[in-house]
Amino acid sequence: MKAAPALLEVEHLTMRFGGLVAVNDLGFTARRGEITALIGPNGAGKTTVFNCITGFYKPTEGRIAVVHGEARMWDELEPLTRRGDRKVVHSTGALFLLERMPDYLVSRQAKVARTFQNIRLFSGMTVLENLLVAQHAPLMRASGFSLFGILGLGGYARAERAALEKARHWLDLTGLIDRADEPAGALPYGAQRRLEIARSMCTDPVLLCLDEPAAGLNPRESAALNELILSIRDRHDTSVLLIEHDMSVVMEISDHVIVLDYGVKIADGSPVAVRNDQKVIAAYLGVADDEVEAAEAEVGL
Amino acid sequence: MSPAGASATARQAAKDAAIWAAIAFGVFIPLIGLQAVQDIRGELRLETRWPLLFSLVAVVVGISLLNSLVLAPWHERRARRAPRRNATAERLRIAFGRGFVPVAIAFVIAFPMLSLWLVGFQGSIKWIDNFGIQILIYVMLGFGLNIVVGLAGLLDLGYVAFYAVGAYSYALLAKEFGFSFFTLLPLAGMLAALWGIILGFPVLRLRGDYLAIVTLAFGEIIRLVLINWVPVTNGYAGISGIPRPTFFGIPFNASDTGFAATFGLEFSPLYRGIFLYYIILALALLTAFVTVRLRRLPIGRAWEALREDEIACRSLGIDTTATKLTAFAIGAMFGGFAGSFFAARQGFISPESFTFMESATILAIVVLGGMGSQVGVAIAAVAMIGGTELLRELDFLKSVFGREFDPTQYRMLLFGFAMVLIMIWKPRGLISTRDPSVFLKERKAVSGKLVKEGHG
Ligand SMILES: Nc1ncnc2c1ncn2[C@@H]1O[C@H](COP(=O)(O)OP(=O)(O)OP(=O)(O)O)[C@@H](O)[C@H]1O
Ligand SMILES: [Mg+2]
Repeated sequence: MKAAPALLEVEHLTMRFGGLVAVNDLGFTARRGEITALIGPNGAGKTTVFNCITGFYKPTEGRIAVVHGEARMWDELEPLTRRGDRKVVHSTGALFLLERMPDYLVSRQAKVARTFQNIRLFSGMTVLENLLVAQHAPLMRASGFSLFGILGLGGYARAERAALEKARHWLDLTGLIDRADEPAGALPYGAQRRLEIARSMCTDPVLLCLDEPAAGLNPRESAALNELILSIRDRHDTSVLLIEHDMSVVMEISDHVIVLDYGVKIADGSPVAVRNDQKVIAAYLGVADDEVEAAEAEVGL
Repeated sequence: MSPAGASATARQAAKDAAIWAAIAFGVFIPLIGLQAVQDIRGELRLETRWPLLFSLVAVVVGISLLNSLVLAPWHERRARRAPRRNATAERLRIAFGRGFVPVAIAFVIAFPMLSLWLVGFQGSIKWIDNFGIQILIYVMLGFGLNIVVGLAGLLDLGYVAFYAVGAYSYALLAKEFGFSFFTLLPLAGMLAALWGIILGFPVLRLRGDYLAIVTLAFGEIIRLVLINWVPVTNGYAGISGIPRPTFFGIPFNASDTGFAATFGLEFSPLYRGIFLYYIILALALLTAFVTVRLRRLPIGRAWEALREDEIACRSLGIDTTATKLTAFAIGAMFGGFAGSFFAARQGFISPESFTFMESATILAIVVLGGMGSQVGVAIAAVAMIGGTELLRELDFLKSVFGREFDPTQYRMLLFGFAMVLIMIWKPRGLISTRDPSVFLKERKAVSGKLVKEGHG
């Protein structure tokens, strides 16, 4: 089987906070149509990687590139880097250098969406409003940057209907349709997690970065979440980059796993390969490589 | 309640009352119990006022007992009963909410006629000018600041700066170039918006308290410039003889070509008052209308989203700097409109009119009204500004407290008192629920508890 074309390419990513190296020379590839999992013990630097990809942090070093459309766009990578520009857009595809873009353009132009480890909803706005805020950029254009919208001119009404339709689609998929008019802050925890995913999907991303989406969910909700993530991959042409602590989720749905420990990549491969990797087990158990077997015996693996 | 429970309550009430009595006694002895008076020889003597002291302490004890024996149990009973009645109360509230706005608008449109009918020609000047116009200016300012503070969640303590920019723009341009009020009104608004953007650029990266302090400083800078740039602004002396708005070119004066003469009426300043009233009413309604429309557009939702969570906004592709700037600019523009109207109405402006006190009053209106609620802001403006004006009417108090008693001097005290009471009673302002901008099946108000105030 030929590997799917690369969607996201991270090279030599390093992020330092003062003396602390949170991410150290990390490189990996996320492929189109795949679910790529990023795992590692607490404080390994996973969220920091997300923050670098989505433009919230400017990496100390490294290159983060995303391609839309044709895989041939990858040929532009070196010229673009040398030119010092942040993107090339052709009719058949586009290439973006995320480390050069401010956070809101990463979402708006490079179409990389994210959720947060500690949920960030607009809690005083209704579920539906949350989903409309996510469609800000296209709606803003349709309202003529508010000038036509105020006067009720132009195609704003049509654009808003389309936006509501998209919101309804995601509410259906996440099982929130009956709570559409309730404030987001009043939803139970599991529903808030799903709403955050629905909201980031309303930005039409090519890559969705989920930061511990299963944290705090019960087994039933967690199973439903797996279904949702799989359907995002299979039916919406959106690839997924997933941070997760729950190994059952990771092993079940991901196509590719990358393991971080103290900011360094220690494994990269299929779920099965990673699960049996000595280094990974050592990192998770918190012991040196050569003591793994003794430790495994101790915890009964 | 069981007898044991009742006696426990009574004991607790007595204990509270005793504590309050002690505190009141301690505070009031130096403040009220002792008084320094000058006797005939010009020497200071210390006099005691025990009866007054003890009666005040008794009042405090009475209030404490009333609270713990009557009010607190009543509140508790009501809280226990509340969930059952909620549905009807909610429906009533919604029905009232729906009917309130049209009725209120009809009332303010009919207000000059009503006042003519009720208090006649002479009495109306006061009601239309002192009450109507004055209140509407603050309603308009409240609406404008509400966009910045209530919707976008940016605490702006220097809003009066834009009011001043609008006023001086109109005054200077009208005097220098003789443009008419209606030409300069949009121009003054645009200049204020421009200053909003100029201020916004450097400060919008600040958040919360820092933003508040810098906007406060900006307001003061504008005022100091107005004071010290004497060649242009005439400093403390201010600008007088500002041209008044005309009725399609017909001035409101006693001349032969004036409004009254043209229409064969007897001259009265009332006509100008009514004209100005309708101008500011139209401006306030325009502001309200634009704000209502903006709230339902993506920009308005982005403002509210910004107040709720700025980081989430950025993750959804919203340019937060541009969004904050539009909120600042549009809020400033409405402030500028109000300012140029103010200058045109007064005919005279000076830096005295644009002190921090004004910013604080406008902010208090927004906060008391309930952040983000236009109806709340309008009600709060009526209560605060109307209340201040009403204090002037309380002349009968002079016969109670003596000749030199001036009720208006107690304005700030009463303001403060009213604010404390309202904040206890309704910590999120008079209208604390948020009206969603869009709905799928049913419009449900969002409880104020979930709505954030923003953090800069
Ligand atoms: N803004 C920051 N400033 C300073 N240090 C930071 C910052 N963000 C993260 N760190 C540090 O970087 C390291 C990696 O943190 P990160 O949040 O990426 O870990 P994580 O893998 O997501 O952990 P968890 O599983 O607990 O979410 C930690 O030591 C953290 O303290
Ligand atoms: Mg994390």
